Amino acid sequence: MSRRTINTLAMEEIGIVSKIIGEETIKRRLLDLGLIEGTEIKPVLISPSGDPRAFEFRGGLIAIRKEDAENVEIR
Amino acid sequence: MRILKKDRGVKQNKIETKAKYTVALAGNPNVGKSTIFNNLTGMNQHTGNWTGKTVANATGYFEYRGENYQLVDIPGTYSIMSHSEEEEIARNYICFGNPDVTIVVVDATCLERNLNLVLQIAEITDNIILCVNLLDEAKKKKITVDLERLSQILKIPVVGVTARNKKTLNELLKVTRKACEHKEEAKTIYQVQYEESIEKAIQELQEMLMKQYSIKPKLARWIGIKILDGEESIIKEIENHLHIDIRENDGRKSNKHNENDNNSKTKLDTKEICKKDKEEKIENKNTLKIKKKQIIKDLQEKGITQEIFKEKLVTTMVKNAEEIAKKVCKFENKAYAKRDRKIDKILTSKKYGIPIMILFLLIIFWITIVGANYPSQFLFSVFGNIQEKLIQFATYIHCPEWLSNMLILGVYQTLTWVISVMLPPMAIFFPLFTILEDLGYLPRIAFNMDGFFKKACCSGKQMITMCMGFGCNSCGVTGCRIIDSPRERLIAILTNNLVPCNGRFPFLITIASIFIAGTIGGIGASILSTVSVILVIILGIIMTLVISKILSKTILKGMPSSFVLELPPYRKPQFLKVLVRSIFDRTIFILGRAIAVAAPAGLVIWLFANIGIQGESLLTIIANFLDPLANLMGLDGYILTAFIFGIPANEIVLPIILMCYMQGTSLVNMEDTFAIGEILRQNGWTILTAINVMLFTVFHFPCATTLLTIKKETGSLKWTAISFLIPTVCGIVICMFTTFIYHVLVI
Repeated sequence: MSRRTINTLAMEEIGIVSKIIGEETIKRRLLDLGLIEGTEIKPVLISPSGDPRAFEFRGGLIAIRKEDAENVEIR
Repeated sequence: MRILKKDRGVKQNKIETKAKYTVALAGNPNVGKSTIFNNLTGMNQHTGNWTGKTVANATGYFEYRGENYQLVDIPGTYSIMSHSEEEEIARNYICFGNPDVTIVVVDATCLERNLNLVLQIAEITDNIILCVNLLDEAKKKKITVDLERLSQILKIPVVGVTARNKKTLNELLKVTRKACEHKEEAKTIYQVQYEESIEKAIQELQEMLMKQYSIKPKLARWIGIKILDGEESIIKEIENHLHIDIRENDGRKSNKHNENDNNSKTKLDTKEICKKDKEEKIENKNTLKIKKKQIIKDLQEKGITQEIFKEKLVTTMVKNAEEIAKKVCKFENKAYAKRDRKIDKILTSKKYGIPIMILFLLIIFWITIVGANYPSQFLFSVFGNIQEKLIQFATYIHCPEWLSNMLILGVYQTLTWVISVMLPPMAIFFPLFTILEDLGYLPRIAFNMDGFFKKACCSGKQMITMCMGFGCNSCGVTGCRIIDSPRERLIAILTNNLVPCNGRFPFLITIASIFIAGTIGGIGASILSTVSVILVIILGIIMTLVISKILSKTILKGMPSSFVLELPPYRKPQFLKVLVRSIFDRTIFILGRAIAVAAPAGLVIWLFANIGIQGESLLTIIANFLDPLANLMGLDGYILTAFIFGIPANEIVLPIILMCYMQGTSLVNMEDTFAIGEILRQNGWTILTAINVMLFTVFHFPCATTLLTIKKETGSLKWTAISFLIPTVCGIVICMFTTFIYHVLVI
């Protein structure tokens, strides 16, 4: 199967993070927010313009743009 | 290149010299750090906080049981490992600012994520107090945190508080005092343990650093980790502060350090000691570098490249935080965020999200404009009475008429005018806006609008600064500090003036109601004038996006940076605090700058209106000179002159226009819109003039206060000049365009 990222998650669908890839700054940023392997993540809100989406994980709600979300792979 | 220079120097203060202890206040954003700071220090602070974020280190003072404490509020960050400016400031202060104790504030409702920062700070210093805030919110959401257990695990003092309730802070003070007094005692607090091979590598470097540079074990371990991590900016800071040479190709710089060290020792002046000292240092340096190389090589052989190393660090840290949180937090109600999500679904929905946002903003503007009328009138009459008394007094002391006129009708009148028209709207707008901020709504605005701003290669947060710009462009410019990327921040600063502020709204409304509504009358009239004002504003927003895009493609080239924005839980605003803070931090501050400009400007306006050559005032001469350009723009020379002389505050543009038309020598205050309309029409205003005046009101140079603020925020005359030119050129081009179209259509 092709690569899955949190962008492929439907709204309210829970995903489990497998890996964070990408350029160092953004990678670090996502990791720092607690997006490490095994983290449960769920998109819950979508901006009126379709992007970004807001994801619920580790008890917080974080808006992430599509380009950045592409770096968060899920199992 | 450093685009933005910010004022973050911690100023000296008399109390500072008396402060016995320095306490740093750290924490994630949105955990109520600033509330704690404000409650502890009261009004004893240097810098105000803007838009929910402390970007500079704010310093305050408080006294507890006879001792003076200095409290340093460092920027709220999720981590002190990555690159952003705030994180660097926060990290540098904790590492090198030498606070006696660091208080880390965490949010009880999302302890797990907050613990990440706590563990990072625990790697740097043993003197930490954990302050678990928002216990009331946690209680509402049925989350319990076992503070005692948490303290046992982390082996640091843990205090639970509800920051908005001042009383709960007493315990924090008590613990802080104790920690300050016992700061020298050796402690072994919780430490994140990495996997074996990494630990071994860290330990080797740690020992070496301890031995060769006599650095304390804790700091040595941390430096060891950072050396392996290879984060340039941190290593640079370590080199600068501790005079350790780590990087490969920076021999020049370190020699300088050595020279400095030698200079300080010249009093001993035994050259040989110096030489020996120098040689020893160079030797140490080399062995450290060799060791570093070797350890990194060893790690790589085990499959741990620098990239993997970094990832492992963060992952271990987050996992540790997760484990601790599991042990101490109890969620009785799993769906604790349900209410928030329900509200969010409405406020960010495709259908209602943006309309609700516009509605909120319209309500705020409406309250501001209508509500400001009464206090404005009151101030006018008070200042007017004083003015009469001043004139009487001047006559009484036989002050020459020209002097009293110049000072009273020139300086005093313009000054009080600006205060009367600026103070009330700001005193209403900012508290209202701060309430939205306190509620947690502003990040939702950014979330809703991010898509549009991304297309302009900018950040959604620019929307928040734009909204502030509707209140006051100067505040909007300062608010741009919330944007992380320097490029995007600069764009937001340069384009902020493209939306009209409070000072321009009444003028827009007056013109619209005279010329656009006046042509038809009835209920349709007020609707039409409202619509026309809204259209002009929308044009302003569109231009903001267009100009942002153009800037992104030309002088400020770049891709949109990553946009990661927390949408914090909704909270009940603290109304009283909102009122006090927004008035002191914003209103008074802006007013101060406006006054500084208005007084001299009043003098200049008076002089130009009263000094003349051959019966013509200088004002008229300038107006005649500007007339050809003004005609091309569908305006007249006086209007342009008024805009130029109205630079201290947009509110005085109309009074200057009226003054010119009526051949007066001081500003004209006229309440009756009908009478204003008569005068304007007699002076040749048509519907085209009205439309162009409205357009030029939105698109022209920023007022002096805003320009001063831009200069301060960017630290650059060049960018200030560009911020002046962008809207002005837009305005001239747009007005010429409408004039051209109008003439084509009419003829």
